[in-house]
Amino acid sequence: MKLVTAIIKPFKLDEVKDALTEAGIQGMTVSEVKGFGRQKGHKETYRGTEYQIDFVPKVKIELAVADSMEEKVMETLRTAAKTGSIGDGKIFVSDLNSVIRIRTGETGEGAL
Amino acid sequence: MKHSTFLYMWLLVVILSVCCGLATVWAQDGPPSAIDTGDTAWILVSSALVLCMTLPGLALFYGGLVRTKNVLGTLMHTAVILCMISIVWVLLGYTLAFGTDVGGVIGSLEFLFSMGVGQDAFPGTGIPHLTFMVFQLMFAAITVALITGSFAERMKFTALLLFAVLWSVLIYSPLAHWVWGGGWLAEMGALDFAGGAVVHISSGFAALVCALVLGQRKGYGVESMVPHNLPMTVLGTGLLWFGWFGFNAGSALGANGGAASAFVATHIAACAGGCSWMGAEWLRTGKPTMLGLASGIIAGLATITPGAGFVSPLAALLIGLVAGVVCYAAVVLKIRLGYDDSLDVVAIHGVGGFTGILATGLFASVGAQGLFYGNPGQFVIQFVLAVSTLVFVLVGTFVILKIVDLLVGLRVTPEEEEVGLDLSQHSERAYS
Repeated sequence: MKLVTAIIKPFKLDEVKDALTEAGIQGMTVSEVKGFGRQKGHKETYRGTEYQIDFVPKVKIELAVADSMEEKVMETLRTAAKTGSIGDGKIFVSDLNSVIRIRTGETGEGAL
Repeated sequence: MKHSTFLYMWLLVVILSVCCGLATVWAQDGPPSAIDTGDTAWILVSSALVLCMTLPGLALFYGGLVRTKNVLGTLMHTAVILCMISIVWVLLGYTLAFGTDVGGVIGSLEFLFSMGVGQDAFPGTGIPHLTFMVFQLMFAAITVALITGSFAERMKFTALLLFAVLWSVLIYSPLAHWVWGGGWLAEMGALDFAGGAVVHISSGFAALVCALVLGQRKGYGVESMVPHNLPMTVLGTGLLWFGWFGFNAGSALGANGGAASAFVATHIAACAGGCSWMGAEWLRTGKPTMLGLASGIIAGLATITPGAGFVSPLAALLIGLVAGVVCYAAVVLKIRLGYDDSLDVVAIHGVGGFTGILATGLFASVGAQGLFYGNPGQFVIQFVLAVSTLVFVLVGTFVILKIVDLLVGLRVTPEEEEVGLDLSQHSERAYS
């Protein structure tokens, strides 16, 4: 099993969710986060004062998927979240040791 | 220790005044014939409109501009000033401003505790004396509340209370007397329709002294001090604008052509100020902003205040356009100079009021003549009005701040400032 963590542009969330649902994923966790990459921050101006905002708002998506789904999910994410301009985000994949469904106590891929 | 000393002092003042008040037979005359019901209705409504400028208008305008951790403290500054200064005004402030003139500088104590302020018409108007007193009360309250924007996010609450009371009695009342209560500036023929000098120059330049004496906020120029809720500020702007019709058109002290003239001038100047600030900002930074538009509207309103009843709609338009650019320039200058007038009271009210007083000397054409209407003497008088108000306020505010600093200390501790006023001063949070 894999844990897929994607950091994407906030306005892409709906598109990404629809594409992932179509690809067959069973659930996802979404959080509003802030951070910077090579895009760095941006500037905001209030009454003539410029503020350098170092952390840009992003959306973080977390998905736990079966090994067989990994390729498809990665490809779907990459296509749906892409705008082609700087700041599109990143996808991280890591191994997932175990999963438990709290209600039934099921473990492994059956719990996904 | 110092904290409790102040509370006891305040309590003593309140108890003494209540006793004196109870021992007094209030003047209750029958309905006098000189009262005009239309005038009275309009000024009563105007008084309520000016209240709405202060709370919630100004409170929300300022509240939205501070950081999340200081919003309740900021709202509270305005709210508590409204309560306290209203009491001070009824007890002492009104008589110092509008009692019989003593040597051109101060009013006598004839209306101490508002004794003798009854239902009879205020001289020269068709409104009851009580109505005039309460209308003026709202002006006294908002003037002090305006200053709080300059020391937002760092003043100790006890210091604020003490400062507000002293400033209102020692600065506002004498100034109101000089200009509106038959004092020396009134004798000279100075024109200040609704408070360009008495309200805006005075609060604006008191704000400058406060910003300089208290010093910058912790982290100024290093940490981000971005406004936490601009929609709140826009809501405050709308309420200020709405209330300003009572402030300016109400200053005609009657429901008449003068009030209509002031109403129109007020609205036009607000719109022009908003447009010109937005335009100036757009040219300079490349983006028009909501905060810029809101600031320009308030700058236009503050600048038209002294001339509202004396100028044509076209002159009001010009005054508003100038206000937006001049006040925006003052904000930019503040950034260069590096003093931390947190919410730009100096740039908007001080500079706006000063500009407005001079503009009145140029453009007055209704009921008085300015320079452009063949009366250069008026411009000189306006200049004297603006400069004498400025000097009096700068010196007086400095002295008061030093006294307050000695008694209770002006600033919260660095730790309290870091935590924010809401938790450190009031033990509560706006958003939980």
